[in-house]
Amino acid sequence: MAAITGLAGEQAPTSAQRRGRGGLQAGRRRRLNLFRYLAFTIFGLFFLLPLFAMVRFSLEGSKLGTWSLAAWRGITSYPGLLSAIEITLELAVITCVVVLVLLVPTMIWIRLRVQWISRVFQFLCLLPLTIPAIALVVGLAPIYNKIEHYNVSALMLFWVYVILALPYAYQALSAGLNAIDVITLSEAARSLGANWLTVMVRVIAPNMWQAILNAMLLSSALVLGEFTLAEILNYVNLQVALFNISRATTNAGVLFSTSSGALFLTFALLLILSTVGRRRRRSRG
Amino acid sequence: MAVAATTATGARPGRAGRRPSFAWIGTVPFLGYIGVFLLLPTGIVIWNALRNQTGGLDLSSLKVLGNSEVRGFFTGTLELSAISALIGAVFGAILAYAVASGNPDGVVRRLYLAGSGVLAQFGGVTLAFAFLAAIGPTSGFLARASWYYDFPWGIALIYAYFEIPLMVLVFLPAIDGLKVQWREAAESLGGSTWDYWRHVGGPLLAPAFTGATLLLFANALSAYATIQAWENQIAYTVPQQIYISINSEVGLSNVNYADVLALGMVIMVAIIMTGYALLQRRAARWLR
Repeated sequence: MAAITGLAGEQAPTSAQRRGRGGLQAGRRRRLNLFRYLAFTIFGLFFLLPLFAMVRFSLEGSKLGTWSLAAWRGITSYPGLLSAIEITLELAVITCVVVLVLLVPTMIWIRLRVQWISRVFQFLCLLPLTIPAIALVVGLAPIYNKIEHYNVSALMLFWVYVILALPYAYQALSAGLNAIDVITLSEAARSLGANWLTVMVRVIAPNMWQAILNAMLLSSALVLGEFTLAEILNYVNLQVALFNISRATTNAGVLFSTSSGALFLTFALLLILSTVGRRRRRSRG
Repeated sequence: MAVAATTATGARPGRAGRRPSFAWIGTVPFLGYIGVFLLLPTGIVIWNALRNQTGGLDLSSLKVLGNSEVRGFFTGTLELSAISALIGAVFGAILAYAVASGNPDGVVRRLYLAGSGVLAQFGGVTLAFAFLAAIGPTSGFLARASWYYDFPWGIALIYAYFEIPLMVLVFLPAIDGLKVQWREAAESLGGSTWDYWRHVGGPLLAPAFTGATLLLFANALSAYATIQAWENQIAYTVPQQIYISINSEVGLSNVNYADVLALGMVIMVAIIMTGYALLQRRAARWLR
């Protein structure tokens, strides 16, 4: 940008004008930087202070102002908490797998063979964004009554978590599919004698693994933080377990240690995602 | 449900004027899943809301929506959503601009994006705990305040904690779409920063901004976890009312009370999201 304006300045005849323009540019840069640092500081404080308070509370000893790891150790011994964590992590894995199995082949297939359905498909995938979970759950209650006849495990929540994760996974995967030439790839593979399964599993999927990873991380972040559906359908996942503990004892240390733990785990997952994505872009460019 | 879905789509190739093909069968598993876990529940809500005690079609249940108490819940929810959406949109846009004007591969941008992803998604119980630790009335670490419990302003401030990150996520692509050349064109014609935002940047971003605000509004409307975990005495919002009516045995005079409330929410969100889609289409014309 500086190079372009520099050239424009040289073409202009008077040097005073050039200096004026240059001054304006530098002034704008300075003002912009000042604005950025100010914004990052203020927003950073707004977002970090409550989190900092939560972490500090998780390290609070029995007396105020002392430090202790008791709350973090308590995660493993607090009744019911560990099983809730286990269930939630399992739910995250199952949801990821089902979302991928449901979406990836369908999306590739639609792109290759049934283009005309893609608008309807997109609409259906984004629909869960527009139906509030709290409204969806009212209609789901009778369906879950049926499911409970066969299986009462909280793992059954994955059926509806897949629906919630759909819009996010769809957007990630469709960005990945847009970046590669699906039709040429599949025609090349088909002309070499590959069947449709080989085309999907061994040709197209490896070319969009970044998008697949993306979809998985977004889906797991969603499952780790989900509360509404589990609570109303009377299942206990991590968030519901924490909520119940908070109702029993308002200031239990495990609340803060477990919440911080879950938050940092998700943050780390998303940070890994953006770092991996950047490396891929670099190596390609 | 799956059968209904396939026949509906099976009719499509004929309309598109192609030779009959059975390739659409590949989409049946997906359509079946969506049918059972998304379309069927929505259908159940609508069906139950429009039904009376004996099972016949009857719009009288909807009269509950006109009841002054219920209207109060809806007004409160709308008020809370509007305030938190506006706060989130304005401050989120400022933060998004600060993030966008930096290095696109920089550490700051990656940290803020990952952080926004987490906070936009974790606007639930965790958030209530964080605020309990920071400003809780009995144990606040930074301050001991109680005005944060005030409805709607105090709660709206807490909602801003997940609305701002969501705004950053949805508004950043629009700001990234602003071309440097536009700014330079404005400058070469002698325009100041104010002129640029007044005549070029502002009008270009306006549809995207309004659209994002609507998305934030819909998000706040259906938020339930935070307020449920933070405010355990009083139920102010429609989602809380739905929870109460599903889980309590009392109040059976209206068996479909929850369904009617849920239908009211679906209608509200549908109106908002239609507006969002229309605005997105308008914004997409320029910001590619």
